[in-house]
Amino acid sequence: MAAHLKKRVYEEFTKVVQQQQEEIATKKLRLTKPSKSAALHIDLCKATSPADALQYLLQFARKPVEAESVEGVVRILLEHYYKENDPSVRLKIASLLGLLSKTAGFSPDCIMDDAINILQNEKSHQVLAQLLDTLLAIGTKLPENQAIQSRLVDVACKHLTDTSHGVRNKCLQLLGNLGSLEKSVTKDAEGLTARDVQKIIGDYFSDQDPRVRTAAIKAMLQLHERGLKLHQAIYNQACKLLADDYEQVRSAAVQLIWVISQLYPESIVPIPSSNEEIRLVDDAFGKICHMVSDGSWVVRVQAAKLLGSMEQVSSHFLEQTLDKKLMSDLRRKRTAHERAKELYSSGEFSSGRKWGDDAPKEEIDTGAVNLIESGACGAFVHGLEDEMYEVRIAAVEALCMLAQSSPSFAEKCLDFLVDMFNDEIEEVRLQSIHTMRKISNNITLREDQLDTVLAVLEDSSRDIREALHELLCCTNVSTKEGIHLALVELLKNLSKYPTDRDSIWKCLKYLGSRHPTLVLPLVPELLSIHPFFDTAEPDMDDPAYIAVLVLIFNAAKTCPTMPALFSDHTFRHYAYLRDSLSHLVPALRLPGRKLVSSSVSPNITPHEDPSQQFLQQSLERVYSLQHLDPQGAQELLEFTIRDLQRLGELQSELAGVADFSATYLRCQLLLIKALQEKLWNVAAPLYLKQSDLASAAAKQIMEETYKMEFMYSGVENKQVVIIHHMRLQAKALQLIVTARTTRGVDPLFEMCEKFLQEVDFFQRCFIADLPHLQDSFVDKLLDLMPRLMTSKPAEVVKILQTMLRQSTFLHLPLPEQIHKASATIIEPAGESDNPLRFTSGLVVALDVDATLEHVQDPQSTVKVQVLYPDGQAQMIHPKPADFRNPGPGRYRLITQVYLSHTAWTEPCQVEVRLLLAYNSNARIPKSPWIEGGEGSPQVETSIEGTIPFSKPVKVYIMPKPARR
Amino acid sequence: MLDCGMHMGFNDDRRFPDFSYITQNGRLTDFLDCVIISHFHLDHCGALPYFSEMVGYDGPIYMTHPTQAICPILLEDYRKIAVDKKGEANFFTSQMIKDCMKKVVAVHLHQTVQVDDELEIKAYYAGHVLGAAMFQIKVGSESVVYTGDYNMTPDRHLGAAWIDRCRPNLLITESTYATTIRDSKRCRERDFLKKVHETVERGGKVLIPVFALGRAQELCILLETFWERMNLKVPIYFSTGLTEKANHYYKLFITWTNQKIRKTFVQRNMFEFKHIKAFDRAFADNPGPMVVFATPGMLHAGQSLQIFRKWAGNEKNMVIMPGYCVQGTVGHKILSGQRKLEMEGRQVLEVKMQVEYMSFSAHADAKGIMQLVGQAEPENVLLVHGEAKKMEFLRQKIEQEFRVSCYMPANGETVTLPTSPNIPVGISLGLLKREMAQGLLPETKKPRLLHGTLIMKDSNLRLVSSEQALKELGLAEHQLRFTCRVHLQDTRKEQETALRVYSHLKSTSLMAR
Repeated sequence: MAAHLKKRVYEEFTKVVQQQQEEIATKKLRLTKPSKSAALHIDLCKATSPADALQYLLQFARKPVEAESVEGVVRILLEHYYKENDPSVRLKIASLLGLLSKTAGFSPDCIMDDAINILQNEKSHQVLAQLLDTLLAIGTKLPENQAIQSRLVDVACKHLTDTSHGVRNKCLQLLGNLGSLEKSVTKDAEGLTARDVQKIIGDYFSDQDPRVRTAAIKAMLQLHERGLKLHQAIYNQACKLLADDYEQVRSAAVQLIWVISQLYPESIVPIPSSNEEIRLVDDAFGKICHMVSDGSWVVRVQAAKLLGSMEQVSSHFLEQTLDKKLMSDLRRKRTAHERAKELYSSGEFSSGRKWGDDAPKEEIDTGAVNLIESGACGAFVHGLEDEMYEVRIAAVEALCMLAQSSPSFAEKCLDFLVDMFNDEIEEVRLQSIHTMRKISNNITLREDQLDTVLAVLEDSSRDIREALHELLCCTNVSTKEGIHLALVELLKNLSKYPTDRDSIWKCLKYLGSRHPTLVLPLVPELLSIHPFFDTAEPDMDDPAYIAVLVLIFNAAKTCPTMPALFSDHTFRHYAYLRDSLSHLVPALRLPGRKLVSSSVSPNITPHEDPSQQFLQQSLERVYSLQHLDPQGAQELLEFTIRDLQRLGELQSELAGVADFSATYLRCQLLLIKALQEKLWNVAAPLYLKQSDLASAAAKQIMEETYKMEFMYSGVENKQVVIIHHMRLQAKALQLIVTARTTRGVDPLFEMCEKFLQEVDFFQRCFIADLPHLQDSFVDKLLDLMPRLMTSKPAEVVKILQTMLRQSTFLHLPLPEQIHKASATIIEPAGESDNPLRFTSGLVVALDVDATLEHVQDPQSTVKVQVLYPDGQAQMIHPKPADFRNPGPGRYRLITQVYLSHTAWTEPCQVEVRLLLAYNSNARIPKSPWIEGGEGSPQVETSIEGTIPFSKPVKVYIMPKPARR
Repeated sequence: MLDCGMHMGFNDDRRFPDFSYITQNGRLTDFLDCVIISHFHLDHCGALPYFSEMVGYDGPIYMTHPTQAICPILLEDYRKIAVDKKGEANFFTSQMIKDCMKKVVAVHLHQTVQVDDELEIKAYYAGHVLGAAMFQIKVGSESVVYTGDYNMTPDRHLGAAWIDRCRPNLLITESTYATTIRDSKRCRERDFLKKVHETVERGGKVLIPVFALGRAQELCILLETFWERMNLKVPIYFSTGLTEKANHYYKLFITWTNQKIRKTFVQRNMFEFKHIKAFDRAFADNPGPMVVFATPGMLHAGQSLQIFRKWAGNEKNMVIMPGYCVQGTVGHKILSGQRKLEMEGRQVLEVKMQVEYMSFSAHADAKGIMQLVGQAEPENVLLVHGEAKKMEFLRQKIEQEFRVSCYMPANGETVTLPTSPNIPVGISLGLLKREMAQGLLPETKKPRLLHGTLIMKDSNLRLVSSEQALKELGLAEHQLRFTCRVHLQDTRKEQETALRVYSHLKSTSLMAR
């Protein structure tokens, strides 16, 4: 809370400083400034009691202080500090000093002497701690000044022996943040006694106060973060701290050990009580593993998380983490996992187990059993069955990371991950499924493991099932029984949860294409082909049958012998599915059929370059259109736009760029059309028609520019400039049109004013990019700005008109990665003829399921719109939790939309679509002026709107009148 | 006194402890400051009414709230079986149970209860069963931790035992699984669920004989959540009786359960089972799959045996024994593979149903015990509640790895432990001030030497300056003077020699300073 408040105060300061800079010219403000410090002075003098003074200071802290009056304020504060007897007031002053020294634009080195001075005379520990904090603020403000830094470090060292833990804490913090990194250099230069910051901090590892110990470790970590290489000697000290009584110390110590193990992985450390030596990283790994069974869950989470990033650890240590060395009555016992494996390899499967099947085998030598301190032994076994799900999730994540770097470990941890599929908390289950997917390249599932995995398909949570489908997509299965099992379970899933249809089909597609040889022997059974009899033709609309076909067709793609097994109707069904579900069914080389679509195979590499070239060439051609006559330019633009659109359709990876450029060209085309001279030269009575056209064009350009700005991900600043420029042109056009149609000067005057403000705003926002805009509309406009400011509206309009015509067409640089945001509504499918009936006045919940691609921050931008037949539109903001993120750049929206309406006489369709909300504020590069820009009311900055970006889906609904 | 249990194996006087061990003669109340009950299992609280009402004890009895709630239900149930069914005389009555429970003082977790001026106790979470606690008992600076039964691995409805680093002088721990390290609970759970699921999918019936409290709830939660997750519709029944009352308390005391149940109870209390319904005798003949929890757990009598007889003939059915079975019971027989059982009346019952064994035990294994010892860092460890042979192994391990002494006394054996208690001594202010004035500032928490006189008077120790001590005790000050004679061989005159010695001494003393 305190930190939050502090931050708020700090924000206020910075904010006002910026404002002040902007209005640096105004005299009025400057006059008030000295009075501020003076007022404070008077207030403080007036204060009769410390409580009063404190109140005044608190009030003062709420108000911002400008950069140049900081110094005056500081002087007054210091003056009062010397006089003040009450420690709480001194404390507040000290904290104010710290805050003030953080003020932007103020160099705090002048305070430092005073601060150090008062530090020496201060008796109260709390005030001392606060003063040190102030010094820290000063020190961090001046990172370049070596002398000040070393002086501050000296001060900190002096106060390290203070009896109060708070002071020592702050000293260590200061040392950690400011302690010089390259001591050897400065030592020679200044001839000071060699101060080894690490040594000093290290001494406080054994401080009596746990808070100081923690601060010491944190300071050490801070040094590491600042780039100082920690000594290896600290390792032993840190190891001792692992047995500390206090959890925060242990938690920090675990971190420190991890840091050192990453710094010196290969150095050798002796094992205590024996002559052996091991690598440091292994030793540290063992120690951190031990902390996974710590008493405090905070430490456990910390330890489990860090384990994941220790990749250099030797494999036998790693594998120990999964081995708990079971025993029963002192006899070695095999784990259930080992038994399952044995059972599987012996060929016996799922036999009725007898009592005592897990009977312990050989006797164990009592001396050899090591119940504790066995380092890594069983760390993950413990972590995965921890009480707190935070620890379990951390352990699963760590397993994932380690398994990704070590295939043999991946194989071993499989059993444990599979077990986690049955965790009681859904998050953990989901996490372990995702983990499994990530490591699935390294592993092949045994049949019994697959069995357990598939059992989860019946889970009632949709997320879990879909995650599992994704997992199955990239799983390696070893036997044909495995494939069969998977198919059977997936079909069972399909019949139980029909909504999973798409996900299951997709899953089977990958399953088929990954295991063609395993599917081949199953084909007769799956298609129920009989050698002698013709079997009945299955129902083509049965999702289960489609699922089977998807599996087979995808397998057949790389297995040319398979089509020979197909019966006639299978071929017919193939043709049908190839058309209706082309994303799931690949093109097959079928005997006796023409290869219809072999040319559209998307993944041919040499194909990419020409299209890229084509894109470039056509764009270059367009940019030379300056030299063409208007007619020719228009035609060229039209053709190019058409080409680009076609290209986008053909080449999915170029779709973003092509669409983006096409949109831009369309804007230009509209602009050119609107500016055609013959339209403007018509007589006054005919204005109306052409101005309609022009204003429509202007409006459309505006819309398109918003689309360009907000619907594409990966748009960079240089594109934003061009887009804004285009918008500015559209605004100019609008101004011209309205100037010609409206009568009276006053409204026009206002509009001109507004337009000029926008130009001004544009200039301020993109001042850095202006040099790129040579010869452009805005370039010329800015040249004439002084003249425009003074001239009459009619004149302005005239100038604008000529300039719009003369200005060159700006080249739009193509961004590297650009993708158009798109959305597909999967559900409602919009094909139902049965209306959704509900009582009018009540609500009905409509399940909406959509996939979003390349949408940035969908939680705040994506909305659902419902359009009723009476034109009423309703906008729904889905909850942030309704968005799932199955992959980078992909989102899944699963939400419920509540519909309601008054009674209708017959069912009618409502339209559901997704909108992308934007706020033009968001994209503009942040510059300090905008934040405090109260002088110019920016119309620009607050434009909000929505872009529809999915195809509307029609839903048939019928609100019935309520029955009385 | 720690726990007041009974022996289930006996039906005579050996059933209850011999309390004359404590008193020899006289009233128990004079000998005991309080009684602490760790949890509600009868081997830990079964003799309580006998002890307090029949032998006679009027002091406080401490237990946790859930134990206080469930304990009388179990005692009453036990009394009914012993008196009403077996017709035993000389047994405690219902009224005695009520009177005994009136003496109970309930404690919260981590609440420090001051029993009297010296004795204080504090409860820690122990897992094992609902309301199980470990107790720290403290007098002055000396303390003992008694664990009762505990479990270091969390399960579906209970968390793991936890204790802070309290460094007691003695840790008394149970050692049921002194020589066992258990497999991860997940395999067990998965196996269990898979078996039940497969059987009901085939259309078979599953019988799970359980004891009414403890593991039964664990398995219920396990099945309930599985049913929920998998959207299963097959009915699950629980044979009624005392369980219903107890389940009520499980719903009430969710703060004593694990993270998951604690966190989700706002939406739904996990013990308000959606899929588990009360069992009626008539349901056993219903067609179609079902799962039934029935008491008692060893299939030796009662409802579980009745259902077993009905279902044993069908190979589609399955019985899962979730715990240990005593020799001689039907449970033990079928577990050891017997397929033909002789029932009363010379009937022969052929067992065609599948028989499965699955251990869901809630005691800490050897690793867990070591973990707890590591957490508490005691000076001595004492092992109880286990078999001597197994304890011997654990004792060695504890001594070897923690370097603390470990004891495992037999019944009736006394163990004496040396401790080094802190003895508080009052110091006079005058002495302290004088000491302050003399030297440097005292460093907090560091030992420091000072001169003074220790006065021991009526078990109360004071440190005062020697002058004050003399005054208080009315003694005169004695001065001891040590002299010694030194022969000097010097040819010079006496005076000259004296001068030289003096100047020499002076210079050396200066140097010394």
